[in-house]
Amino acid sequence: MRDAPELAARAQALGKGFKRTGGGIIRALDDISFDIRRGTLTALVGPDGAGKTTLLRLFAGLLRPDSGAALVDGIDAARDPAAVQAKISYMPQAFGLYGHLTVRENLQLYADLQSVDRATWPHRYAELLDATALVPFADRQAGQLSGGMKQKLGLACTLVRVPTLLLLDEPTVGVDPLSRRELWSIINHFVEADHLSVLIATSYLEEATRCDHAAILYGGRLLHQGTPEELTQMARDMTFLATPPAGEAPRLLQSRLLASAGILDAVPEGGLVRFLRDRQAAHPACLDQIDVRAVPPDFGDAFMVALHESGARNQPVPIPSGAALSGQAETVIEVRDLSRRFGSFIAVDHVSFSVRRGEIFGLLGPNGAGKTTTFRMLCGLLPASGGSLRVAGEDLRVARAQARARIGYVAQSFSLYGQLSVSENLSFYASAYGLRGQRKRQRIRTIIAEFGLEPMRDSLSGTLPGGFDKRLAMACALLHEPDILFLDEPTSGADPMTRREFWSRITALAARGVTIIVTTHFMEEAEFCDRVLIQDAGRMLAIGTPSELRMRVPEKPHGELVTMEEVFIAIVDEARNATRPAA
Amino acid sequence: MVAALFRILALIHKEMLAVLKDKRSRITLFAPVIAQSILFGYAATYDLSNIPYVVIDRDRSEASHALLAKLDGSGLFTRIATLDSVTALKHAIDTRKALIAVQIGEDFERRLRAGNAAPVQVIADGRNSNTAVTATLYLTQIANNFATAYDRKGATSNTHTIAIDYRYWYNPNAESRWHFVPGMIATLTMLQILLISAMSVAREREQGTFDQLLVTPFRPMEIMIGKAIPSILIGIVQATLVVVIALFWFHIPLAGSLAALYGALALYLLASIGLGLLLSSLAATMQQALLYTFLVLLPFILFSGLTTPISAMPRALQYLTLVDPLRYAIDAIDAIMLKGSTLSALLVDLWPLIPIGFFTLGLAAHLFRNRLS
Repeated sequence: MRDAPELAARAQALGKGFKRTGGGIIRALDDISFDIRRGTLTALVGPDGAGKTTLLRLFAGLLRPDSGAALVDGIDAARDPAAVQAKISYMPQAFGLYGHLTVRENLQLYADLQSVDRATWPHRYAELLDATALVPFADRQAGQLSGGMKQKLGLACTLVRVPTLLLLDEPTVGVDPLSRRELWSIINHFVEADHLSVLIATSYLEEATRCDHAAILYGGRLLHQGTPEELTQMARDMTFLATPPAGEAPRLLQSRLLASAGILDAVPEGGLVRFLRDRQAAHPACLDQIDVRAVPPDFGDAFMVALHESGARNQPVPIPSGAALSGQAETVIEVRDLSRRFGSFIAVDHVSFSVRRGEIFGLLGPNGAGKTTTFRMLCGLLPASGGSLRVAGEDLRVARAQARARIGYVAQSFSLYGQLSVSENLSFYASAYGLRGQRKRQRIRTIIAEFGLEPMRDSLSGTLPGGFDKRLAMACALLHEPDILFLDEPTSGADPMTRREFWSRITALAARGVTIIVTTHFMEEAEFCDRVLIQDAGRMLAIGTPSELRMRVPEKPHGELVTMEEVFIAIVDEARNATRPAA
Repeated sequence: MVAALFRILALIHKEMLAVLKDKRSRITLFAPVIAQSILFGYAATYDLSNIPYVVIDRDRSEASHALLAKLDGSGLFTRIATLDSVTALKHAIDTRKALIAVQIGEDFERRLRAGNAAPVQVIADGRNSNTAVTATLYLTQIANNFATAYDRKGATSNTHTIAIDYRYWYNPNAESRWHFVPGMIATLTMLQILLISAMSVAREREQGTFDQLLVTPFRPMEIMIGKAIPSILIGIVQATLVVVIALFWFHIPLAGSLAALYGALALYLLASIGLGLLLSSLAATMQQALLYTFLVLLPFILFSGLTTPISAMPRALQYLTLVDPLRYAIDAIDAIMLKGSTLSALLVDLWPLIPIGFFTLGLAAHLFRNRLS
């Protein structure tokens, strides 16, 4: 590589396996090769468990590969980790900021740890603070910053000196769209200013298009690599938009499409359904009498094509036929002026909404917007500071035990008993909800079949492969056939296939009359909801159907569709500007 | 009601699975108890001060007064009464007011002067044998020093001696293990039981399973009961291991009935688990739960009277020992194993365990739901 000075780093046939608890080896990485040219951004794109973090840790010299080598500036990171670590900067997913130190002190500390030259430091410090727009917060404790600001400070601490290679592990995960946009402009600024070479891991597919080079990682294998434009071309002539029949929620057509042969993917988008069809296949029967037009592909489409080529398949979920519930269905959730304070901090500020039976209701917002707090109050896990709430006619916090039997709850992180097997968990939750004897056995049988858990019956729940743990969590919450299902960030970190499958199940449940309350920070998932509530800093900014929200922002030229993310950014921007006192 | 019962049974089943399914956790539950009870049974030394004692002075002579003055001035002994009847003396030992009783014979001064062995009888409470043995050793030393230094006009001999006659009540041979090993039954069980129960809710809170549990129809008190019962069962098994070692390894006789022993253990475990679950509902993380456990465990062992007699503690601390379940358990197990007391006789002393248990369990159940995250 010394004869190739334009290369900052190179992965040479990297392989890495980990011992699985309970025997066997997980192939975390399998024969990965790619180059990182100097002064460019390379994206590692893939869902949780794809091997992104392992790959970054190999480059940081924190792990030894089983085969191959990770080279930085021609130096093997496994042979001479110290030399490599002097050349790289690494920002792990949970960056170690000191919460009780101020922004300035954190930066100073990292500068000292990296032995930054004292003479040049004041200049660099000013530059970092300026680029991250943290100047007004220099004397604030890091623990008091918002999620987005913490990530910006973490990035600044990683950049106290200019590294040969910058490794970023999902710096934008869980951060609101506005902060994500800011983080990217900071990264781009330093790539430009310092001629940085960056390897960035992300599970937001569209972020790959901001990079010079992208590598699609899935299940430890490198499926494809190239410029984002090249990769996007993999899906050319495959993408279409279909107009659902009048009066029908797009997600129903979307579910029918997903279950059809030759369809690689389908998602609701702006009241229409965007789908990805095999080039050789014809339109499936469910598109008869439906208006379909071809549209240009995007990177997400290419990702789905790559996944299909590697053998991954959708899990079709049958949707019960019959008309969706009428708009006059009764109200099952009623929230009035709901507030929640933690000390002087207002987490939820006078939120009001109501949800009808069979509706899919989405709570949208960045981390810290108050959606989880709202959610926990609805489930009766947290008392409200003010206002009133009724779930199925009762306040679950003080309701009789039987009232809680009408709801199902799936927490954000895996929260079943990891040391118990799949069937033991199901059995426990069935009993917890009062199922016994024949009925209990029958419900467990049904749910195991419905969620395809049969092969995992006796596996420990804590060692389930990705996707299965989410299925089990939902299976446990649905054993007792609840009327209302609460889902907190159910798709966070899941791969696109799992997310589609998940939304198909939600669609099927809603069609059966189950009311769904769901939080998500994937803005495009709002398209699956009947109505969404957008929260920021605890306040309610907007409520309505995705189309109604879309009408609040100006249309784009050429009839191009405004994405939900753009809608969200516009609404939050507008609200933040309105509350800012006039200068 | 039936529904609640089935829910509790499901929770007990789940708790037992969670604790016993893994081979490693089974070993960590039971192996340390066996190893510790054998180790600690062999190792016990004590240091004392302010040993409470009573005296019957039949001589009432200058010499006897001088000897008692030496005892009182040593800083090791505190005279709590001067008595004149054996009945009063027996009562003082029985009620544990005094650890030691000293009887000075009527011809003490005469025989001392004459160079004959002057008779002194020492009765020690053998139930607390380590303390008793150490206390009598101190006493012997003081008496011998007194005799050697005794030099008065009219003495007919140059050598003066005191003959001490030792009696250990309730533990005739003053075997320290007789007291220490029964103490271990309660102490070792407490260590593990506090940990298990303190971790049980904290673990669920940390792993997020607790929220999942709270949205099910379980009521807080049902969760409490479902968590307390498995801990009680495990505690009973652990205590049995120590009992078996006490009886068959150290050959400590069991004077009372097994039924009385297990009855007392059940009450004791109820109170300990209540405390453990209370700590657990206070802790937000497993690390905090662990810290809290060790924070209370040490004072509990110190205040239990296992190593220092409670009567020798400052009064304020003595009141504090009233909330220590270990204090009641050690006394009761001692009484059952060595004195053959029945449970009904002990209930007079053991009843505080019941309010401690129910108060802590109730408070823990309340805190479950109302503790803010």
